[in-house]
Amino acid sequence: MGNDTSYTDQKFEQVGRRVKRPDGVDKVTGRAKYGADAYAPGQLVGLILRSPHAHARIKKIDTSKAEKLAGVKAVVTYDDLPDLTGGNRGMMDILENCMARGRALYDGHAVAAVAAVDKTIAKRALKLIKVTYEKLPHVTDVDEAMEADAPVVQDFVFTSGVEPKPTKPSNVSGISQFGHGDVDAGFAEADVIVEKSYKTEQTHQGYIEPHACLANMSSDGSGELWVTTQGHFVFRNVCSTLLGIDIAKLKVTASEIGGGFGGKTHVWMEPVALVLSRKANRPVKLVMTRDEVFKASGPTCSTSIDVKIGAKKDGTITAASANLRYQNGAFPANWGMIGAMTAYACYDLKNVKTVGYDVLVNRPKVAAYRAPSAPMAAFGVESTMDLMAGKLGMDPVEFRIKNAAKEGTRASYGPVYGPIGIGPTLEAVKKHPHMRAKLKKNQGRGMACGFWFNFGGQTCTDLNIGVDGTVSLTVGTIDVGGSRASLSLIAAEELGIDYEQVKASVADTASLGHNDMTEGSRGTFSSGMATIFAARNAVEVMKGRAAKMWDIPVEDVVWENGGAKATGKAHSNLPPLTLKEIAAKSPQTGGPIAGHNETVADNAGVSFASHICDVEVDPETGSTRVIRYTVVQDAGKAIHPDYVEGQFQGGAAQGIGWALNEEYIYGKDGTLQNPGFLDYRIPVCSDLPFIDTEILEIPNPNHPYGVRGVGETSIVPPLAAIGNAVSNAVGVRLNHIPMSPPRILKALDEQAGG
Amino acid sequence: MKISLSPNLQAAADGEESISIVAATIGELLSKLATQYPNMSQHLDAGIAVAIDGQIYRDDWGKKIPTDAEIYLLPRIQGG
Repeated sequence: MGNDTSYTDQKFEQVGRRVKRPDGVDKVTGRAKYGADAYAPGQLVGLILRSPHAHARIKKIDTSKAEKLAGVKAVVTYDDLPDLTGGNRGMMDILENCMARGRALYDGHAVAAVAAVDKTIAKRALKLIKVTYEKLPHVTDVDEAMEADAPVVQDFVFTSGVEPKPTKPSNVSGISQFGHGDVDAGFAEADVIVEKSYKTEQTHQGYIEPHACLANMSSDGSGELWVTTQGHFVFRNVCSTLLGIDIAKLKVTASEIGGGFGGKTHVWMEPVALVLSRKANRPVKLVMTRDEVFKASGPTCSTSIDVKIGAKKDGTITAASANLRYQNGAFPANWGMIGAMTAYACYDLKNVKTVGYDVLVNRPKVAAYRAPSAPMAAFGVESTMDLMAGKLGMDPVEFRIKNAAKEGTRASYGPVYGPIGIGPTLEAVKKHPHMRAKLKKNQGRGMACGFWFNFGGQTCTDLNIGVDGTVSLTVGTIDVGGSRASLSLIAAEELGIDYEQVKASVADTASLGHNDMTEGSRGTFSSGMATIFAARNAVEVMKGRAAKMWDIPVEDVVWENGGAKATGKAHSNLPPLTLKEIAAKSPQTGGPIAGHNETVADNAGVSFASHICDVEVDPETGSTRVIRYTVVQDAGKAIHPDYVEGQFQGGAAQGIGWALNEEYIYGKDGTLQNPGFLDYRIPVCSDLPFIDTEILEIPNPNHPYGVRGVGETSIVPPLAAIGNAVSNAVGVRLNHIPMSPPRILKALDEQAGG
Repeated sequence: MKISLSPNLQAAADGEESISIVAATIGELLSKLATQYPNMSQHLDAGIAVAIDGQIYRDDWGKKIPTDAEIYLLPRIQGG
């Protein structure tokens, strides 16, 4: 049977229900096992020694005293992590980020690690490791890193995307341009032009669970890894490549995940844990402290962005451009390129040009953070859109509606759109009661739009039917937001049974084919598609079993309402067989009943959102409170509305923290000054209003149920929505995120002529 | 068949905004791209996504390409 992924406008019995998630009770009662909750007999405690310098040559590492300390079972440095990457620069960067090789590239870069019988001895051993550093000049600011005399972070990096190829290394690893039309001609046509520059500071995903793993290498060369991750199959492949282990000989089991948001799509210390275990011949548990999570896992970029928009008096945008400079930490990546692709994706523009600059600095390697790169670009563009609406005397929503992209629009990143949801989200915002609610003194309302691509990827799913008629659904995508409940609903829908008869779980890497990361908002989209086809395969098996039980041709059997039905007058005396009845007889009709599917679930369907935000600013303290917030987003089809709303709310909450408080603060010495939740303040419940949501369902034409990813887009609009609200509340336009009290007070003082 | 290129890929195709390749599937398209435009190799190594009538495909090389479809090549990117 072919896998037709086309949308079919199917009517649903199970999909759309707000059922309880299968992992809920364990999570609220403390039974759920996270990364740090695993134990193996004889396990050792692993700890990592990290660079105290932003940039330094490592002249010597003397581990002799640490190795002699009683209770220390292994000490490793880069000598224990030889280069097995075969010239793959990307893999080499991962290896070097896990353990410095001759140079520490940022404050917190790993330089050595120990495994000892307990934490006290491990800590003592770290102190006995003597590292001789030669401090080197450093740079942590994205604009300073682009200056001609800036210290070069990586001497193998030459700017790509320019001709002729540069002859000198540069901190600008790549320049990427997108757009179409003639922006110079477009700006010449404009009646009004608005130009503005913006900065956003670096933020961390702020997942509550730190990185943690338990590595157990056997003397026969095989190994096991228990780890908190967004993609254990990818972790297996990366660790296997870096350490020279056959993929089939490394079994990786994913723990429950206490938040990831993109930050757990990379290995940070797992290869080190495996090497420690291999050297000690004992299991090794490595758990990052919060300080380490901030310093040595992957936050998002800080940015510096210039935006220019030109429009006619009637509100038609004639041209738009942006230069977007994104710092990627100490290793090359393409976050600036993605910012350039997403910046104007919401709009139908005749002339548009964006240029993304990817810049190296002495900060930790940047990782994805929910719709990576898009929020910063949207902050610049959506703030400027409001400024332009103000100059034109137009309502900001009407201005956006007039210029919104639609089916047939050429996207600013290149292709022509199919059916999309930006227009409907804006119309929903226009009609929403939130827009008509009255505001008080020092309160203001703002809105903004956001876009994210969404992705699919490699997916493999098993569905096994027990003799009692219950269904085990085995998936390989990590459940980051309730996907086991959603996927169980899909299985129940296809089989025609109740949700309670299905139990979904996430398999280890030895039990299922490869699954890509849960990233790109793909979990429910991809595994949902594989679940549909696995269930349909199981139905075909059950039809065959029913035919055997009845002793009739399988062609005379159809599947209806959770059971097999014999068709045709010749079989009119045969009562239907339920799934339970067929399952009960399975040992005698051919053995276990199962369905399987492996697929590349591509074409996830782009996603748009529009947000409304009310804030109240205290002009004496500069403190800003979000007093009302509404998310409107296209979900394609909400399989489990609670968890779709949860994604909308979670993204908005993180965006609010990013907009108002969160910020990596580096000292002049290039070291991070606030690596803890006391000084790096993420929002807590008391900081947030209830975040209202409105789910729009504009079906993805390339998913049987119409599903689009929903996990990322809602972090894109908040920075600009809050900036616009603050501007409307107290009349100052903040162009620097976060809009912390000191920045707001400074802006208010400047406005008052102080 | 007209294949449009995002600006960052154009330098590898002698600065052309679009090229002409006849291919029945994404796999055939990328294979011919590598053969006919050797300078594309670094982009192919980094990953190229194929948009067919606006729908982005990153991995499905077996995807058939309708003859009248709009084909647009762009960088393959990741999410969070």
